[in-house]
Amino acid sequence: MKNIPISAMIGLAFTGLYFLMAIFAPFIAPYGMAEIVGDVWEPSSSKYLLGTDSIGRDLLTRMIYGGRTTIWIATAATILSFTTGSILGFIAAVSGGWVDQVLSRFVDLIMSIPSLIFALVVLSVMPVTITVLIIVMGLLDSTRVFRLARAVAVDIAVMDYVEAARLRGEKIRWIIFREILPNALSPLVAEMGLRFIFMVLFVSTLSFLGLGVQPPQADWGGIVKENKEGIVYGIPAALAPAFAIATLSISVNLVADWVLNRTTSLKGGRG
Amino acid sequence: MTEPLLKVRNLKIGATVYPPDEKPHDIEIVHGVSFDLEPGKVLGLIGESGAGKSTIGLASMAYGRGGVMITGGEVWVNGRDILATSLSDIRSLRGGEVTYVSQSAAASFNPAKKIMEQVIEAAVSQGKLSKRDAEAKAVELFTKLGLPSPETIGNRYPHQVSGGQLQRCMTALALCPEPDLVVFDEPTTALDVTTQIDVLAAIKDAIRDTGVAALYITHDLAVVAQVSDDIMVLRQGETVEYGDTDQIINKPQEDYTKALVSVRSINHEEKQPSPSPVLSCQNITARYRGTNFDVLHNVSVDLHPGQTLAIVGESGSGKSTLARVITGLLPPSDGQIDFAGRKLTPDLAGRSIEDLRELQMIYQMADVAMNPRQTVGTIIGRPLEFYFGLRGAEKRKRINELLDEIEMGNGFIDRYPAELSGGQKQRVCIARSLAANPKVIICDEVTSALDPLVADGILKLLLDLQKREDVAYLFITHDLATVRAIADSIAVMHQGKVVRYGSKSEVLSPPFDDYTDLLLSSVPEMRLGWLEEVIANRKMESAGN
Repeated sequence: MKNIPISAMIGLAFTGLYFLMAIFAPFIAPYGMAEIVGDVWEPSSSKYLLGTDSIGRDLLTRMIYGGRTTIWIATAATILSFTTGSILGFIAAVSGGWVDQVLSRFVDLIMSIPSLIFALVVLSVMPVTITVLIIVMGLLDSTRVFRLARAVAVDIAVMDYVEAARLRGEKIRWIIFREILPNALSPLVAEMGLRFIFMVLFVSTLSFLGLGVQPPQADWGGIVKENKEGIVYGIPAALAPAFAIATLSISVNLVADWVLNRTTSLKGGRG
Repeated sequence: MTEPLLKVRNLKIGATVYPPDEKPHDIEIVHGVSFDLEPGKVLGLIGESGAGKSTIGLASMAYGRGGVMITGGEVWVNGRDILATSLSDIRSLRGGEVTYVSQSAAASFNPAKKIMEQVIEAAVSQGKLSKRDAEAKAVELFTKLGLPSPETIGNRYPHQVSGGQLQRCMTALALCPEPDLVVFDEPTTALDVTTQIDVLAAIKDAIRDTGVAALYITHDLAVVAQVSDDIMVLRQGETVEYGDTDQIINKPQEDYTKALVSVRSINHEEKQPSPSPVLSCQNITARYRGTNFDVLHNVSVDLHPGQTLAIVGESGSGKSTLARVITGLLPPSDGQIDFAGRKLTPDLAGRSIEDLRELQMIYQMADVAMNPRQTVGTIIGRPLEFYFGLRGAEKRKRINELLDEIEMGNGFIDRYPAELSGGQKQRVCIARSLAANPKVIICDEVTSALDPLVADGILKLLLDLQKREDVAYLFITHDLATVRAIADSIAVMHQGKVVRYGSKSEVLSPPFDDYTDLLLSSVPEMRLGWLEEVIANRKMESAGN
């Protein structure tokens, strides 16, 4: 861990900070999540570090709880999309033939519809709970992971050591988890960072459009939406969550870049 | 004595290495090599991989591949030190005075441009010849190199000519600017054995006719003996022996050179066939899915217990396809395979664990035949666990036994394939197949990717194991020297058919059919003047012609 470049250090520090705040939100936040504590849009003061929002709640508290919701949804959806996408992708690559055709063409079909539109349609007919949000986002995004996982696995599946495993009589489970997965891990892990950011942006977009996290629950996209009128009057409350989204995205990106660099180095990706 | 064209003095070359879990550091890969090359002479540089021969070849163009730098010494070409000269001077040197022929012509030609355009490029851009003169010169060279329809071949794209022809086009490319020196870097190594000698003869004639000097780099001493005047034997960046060809081949001084000269001198007594073969292929016909021609026609061969059947042929002859059919990866369209007295299901999916266990395979490229993320212990241990249910200490004990059998110590059990040398990797692959306690091992070109001395070690090991474990080998190779060393019976394949089949002594003694004659005569022999003799006595044209 001694040769971490400065950019990755910054990324790690910010990512770590945001995740810690998300985990310990109830202990850090100065007020209750939906508690009205002051006037509308009070400027920042020693009492309200970031001021108050459109109905007089403490903005810092909202930000901390909002981060908790956003990061939790993005993390859960990323894990869901990775598990489904990569397992299906590997199965498609290893099986080949009609299994591959059916899975790949189905994924093409889903990908041909813009995912934001697709999500909006689904969410407008379903009850919008956090679970539904995670499932919809996770499954829609798993198509992209499927593509990557399949492409990586197709290259690995033709290697002689995979053929040797087949000739030994190994079942598909061993081939996927023992022969292919360890060798496909580096590109997948790097992609995971990027997909996480897209999830943060996706859930923020949905909330901003009113189909994501529902009030009084807070999330960063929702806070932007609640406070966007203030911008016209020169009140910066909407900028705080926007800033948080931007810094989280950039810092996770820096970490992902570093992982990608490390794993594709001259060491043959075994480091 | 004339002034040498190329004078190398105490050349030192360094490179940066990136070992795992360590800081990158610089090492020296060539330790002070010196030699002279007079105009019109050919110097052969020979050594195993990592000996520094290509690096030295490129240094004579003042060039170092990525990460390699020339750290000391002098390289004089035509009376000036090219390591000390200006960049513009080097520019006129490369492609003008010194040119280069690489191992893989297919990877070196631009597939989007016609051959002629690329052949004359250096001569024209160096201002040595006008476009028209360069084209005339190229046609002359095509004729000299024995290419078919020399007037029009330049209008083709690289993929429209065969591998051997493309390698000759590359030689034309190197000779077109009328250089003083050509560096040949393994020009025939990637070619089939019968094509190799045509290209070799063409290169030799071209060198003689144009009076150019050449550095000929190869790992094959028998090849270099045919073309060079002097030979320098290199090992790990140092000169082992340097002398004229006659002396190196007939009176080698150093032990290492002696070992190289006497390589493939394994003696193996042919065994008599037993009444019941362990593996018997009957009238196998096979084709790949989506194609409309048969890759194998009516192939019938028998392999007897504890013996070696060698399948010999050029690339494309169908020998690897036969292996795929036997292993069940490609079910045949016709014919049947009997294995250990029972009929083998054509498709891999329908075979019993017992069939899978008793029929093992070893691959050509040991690098990709082992999962880079598994340790040697896991690689060898998996068949033990899978077939015999061995676990824990019992498994470890057996792994250590197997490591002993392949003459590697217990220290290797926790290493990763990336930490092994080429020969060690192949040994681990052998141990993996032995772990299954098989009756038959299919060896697909197992020594082709290895240096001669290492390959020798592997062959000896295979023979020892055969004696001890009584395992039969189906040995697929294009190398007849290997076949002579280890086979009991031989099947010669040509275009998907078995053209000659029998015991080793039968197959290798006259009268020969034309193809077997061509194949046999094409194996380079370690003596001077062999090439001329062969070319004069051939009955059949090689496929590359």
